[in-house]
Amino acid sequence: MAFLELSGVRKEFPTHVAVQGFDLEVPKGDFVSLLGPSGCGKTTTLRMIAGFELPTAGSISIDGEDISRTSPHARNVGMVFQSYALFPNMNVADNIGFGLRVRHLAKDAIRRKVAELLELIHLSGKGGQYPYELSGGMQQRVALARALAIEPRVLLLDEPLSALDAKIRVSLRQEIRSIQRQLGITTVYVTHDQEEALSLSDTVVVMSEGRVEQVGPPATIYGAPATGFVARFVGQLNVLDATVVDAGTGQVSIGGQTVRLGRRSIPGSANGARLSVAIRPEAIALDGPEAPTEQLEGIIDDVQFLGPVIRVRLLLDGDAGTILFDSFNRPGSGQPEQGRRITVRFPGSACMLLDAGADAGHDPEEEA
Amino acid sequence: MTTSPSAVSGIGATQGAMAGHAKPASQKRRRNRIVWWIVLVAGIGYFVLPLIATFQVSLGMTVPFKAYTNTFNDPKFWWSLIYSAFCAVLTILAASLLIVPTAYWVRLKVPRMRPAIEFITLLPFVVPPVVLVFGLVRLYGGGPPLQLPLTSTDIGGTFLLVAAYVVLSLPYMYRSVDTGLRAIDIQSLTEAAQSLGAGWPTIIVRVILPNVRLAVLGGAFLTFAIVMGEYTIANFLFRPAFGPYLSLLGRTKTFEPAAVSLISFGLTWLAMGMIALIGRKSRGRVTVVGVK
Repeated sequence: MAFLELSGVRKEFPTHVAVQGFDLEVPKGDFVSLLGPSGCGKTTTLRMIAGFELPTAGSISIDGEDISRTSPHARNVGMVFQSYALFPNMNVADNIGFGLRVRHLAKDAIRRKVAELLELIHLSGKGGQYPYELSGGMQQRVALARALAIEPRVLLLDEPLSALDAKIRVSLRQEIRSIQRQLGITTVYVTHDQEEALSLSDTVVVMSEGRVEQVGPPATIYGAPATGFVARFVGQLNVLDATVVDAGTGQVSIGGQTVRLGRRSIPGSANGARLSVAIRPEAIALDGPEAPTEQLEGIIDDVQFLGPVIRVRLLLDGDAGTILFDSFNRPGSGQPEQGRRITVRFPGSACMLLDAGADAGHDPEEEA
Repeated sequence: MTTSPSAVSGIGATQGAMAGHAKPASQKRRRNRIVWWIVLVAGIGYFVLPLIATFQVSLGMTVPFKAYTNTFNDPKFWWSLIYSAFCAVLTILAASLLIVPTAYWVRLKVPRMRPAIEFITLLPFVVPPVVLVFGLVRLYGGGPPLQLPLTSTDIGGTFLLVAAYVVLSLPYMYRSVDTGLRAIDIQSLTEAAQSLGAGWPTIIVRVILPNVRLAVLGGAFLTFAIVMGEYTIANFLFRPAFGPYLSLLGRTKTFEPAAVSLISFGLTWLAMGMIALIGRKSRGRVTVVGVK
């Protein structure tokens, strides 16, 4: 049974509908990320779970208890904000112990709990400092400890790392995940950063325009996107215009070069129909003895040196557009040269159809 | 190593040019400094000379500082001072209780109402105190429609006086608190406190008020200064406040009014000094929270 359940949740504002038909079941102890572009309704959904917004329709329940109309202070849901929201008038220890003081716990119990949490976030000895004396990363760790102090039923994190620099973001997200696993706390994490969502979560919910596009484990979201939006939004994608050559055998033409899509057929498409084929950059390799079967030819249009990898932009023959792919910067292997004609290879099964049938990425028959 | 003559002459030329630029710049700086000093001396003269003159008048008795000892020995002086200070404290408490939650709620929940609230708080600048006090006497003097004779008792009169002072303090208190609230992310702080289990009273008392403490104190000291010197309302309500005492003294004594004026002036400056002192002590403690 789901621990946190949102069913048919809808939120209307006077000017627009922020969330509609939102269904989600989160098992106890799961880490779920709501991923989507700005304005897709992910923060509104989180705020509805926290109680800061009331759903226009639908219900939200935690552990079987309907909390849709419960006031925020009575939900026992911890929240970490993008802006930290630490109380400036209180030191670190008082910030962490605030929720416990509100619950009228004994001073000794509060002191013990605060010390325990300070150790958990590796800030022992900083209890007497004020928020303005701490770095952004430290402040966010204090905010996390403060939310955890009340032993919430669900922990909500609203883009907690977006105000931090890249290096701290990576280390802090690992720390968040490690603490979450250690405490086994059901967590809902809002982010627009796909890397964060994919690396942290047990389940990713991709949202667009207030709707759920796909729910699934990170590997499924990335490898088998259910909709064109998910395919385009998560990870990098080369999208190419194609014409169906033989719908029965899954062959298409990309700028005159024939490619077999690695599926038995293209459902819902007739020969000559136009569609979009998408290939992830990592599925593409330079021509070689162990290279996959399908191939495309073109001229190298641009080469970007990115340190460990070299990003190549290939202008495909037949005016079929460009594709980007990365090549490892192996010592002594030399860099691809701009203007050189090359062949790239990829497995047909790595091709996704974005506009065919139900906008699905992968043929369910193939996966079965 | 040798230096070519052309290089030397080049450097010399540059230095010459720099000296040429430096001279007018330093002259300009000196001229500016003279202007600043003139303005400063004129300003100090404008403010300080009347005080010196008043001080001289206050010393005008045959025995030096006699006016001051007479004032300090006058029980009415102390009563009026204590009474006004008492009213000022009550006014500050009442105004804080009224304005802090109002300004907080308006900012948090109904920001569209801010212009209307601001307009209301500015009304004391538009409605003269004499009009306000006549309205109060008319309404609460025991006549119709309220039949509430507040003006005929000491407690009732003091209540009316404090209520009127609360109205007078609105522009200062509201603006001060509103500015303080603007400096903190009240929505996030409120939501953080709510998610930790705090109800509205806890949020206001433990989270919001301490973070706008400086702003409230700023408004409070301004209110204190205004109440201590207020004459019109206290006089028309027949209250034994400091303002009417000062006025009475002016009509009956020669040198004492000057002494009391300086004492009153000192009290006001003490209040201002307190604002500055607390402001300096709190600097760095209250920070703008969050990244917007």
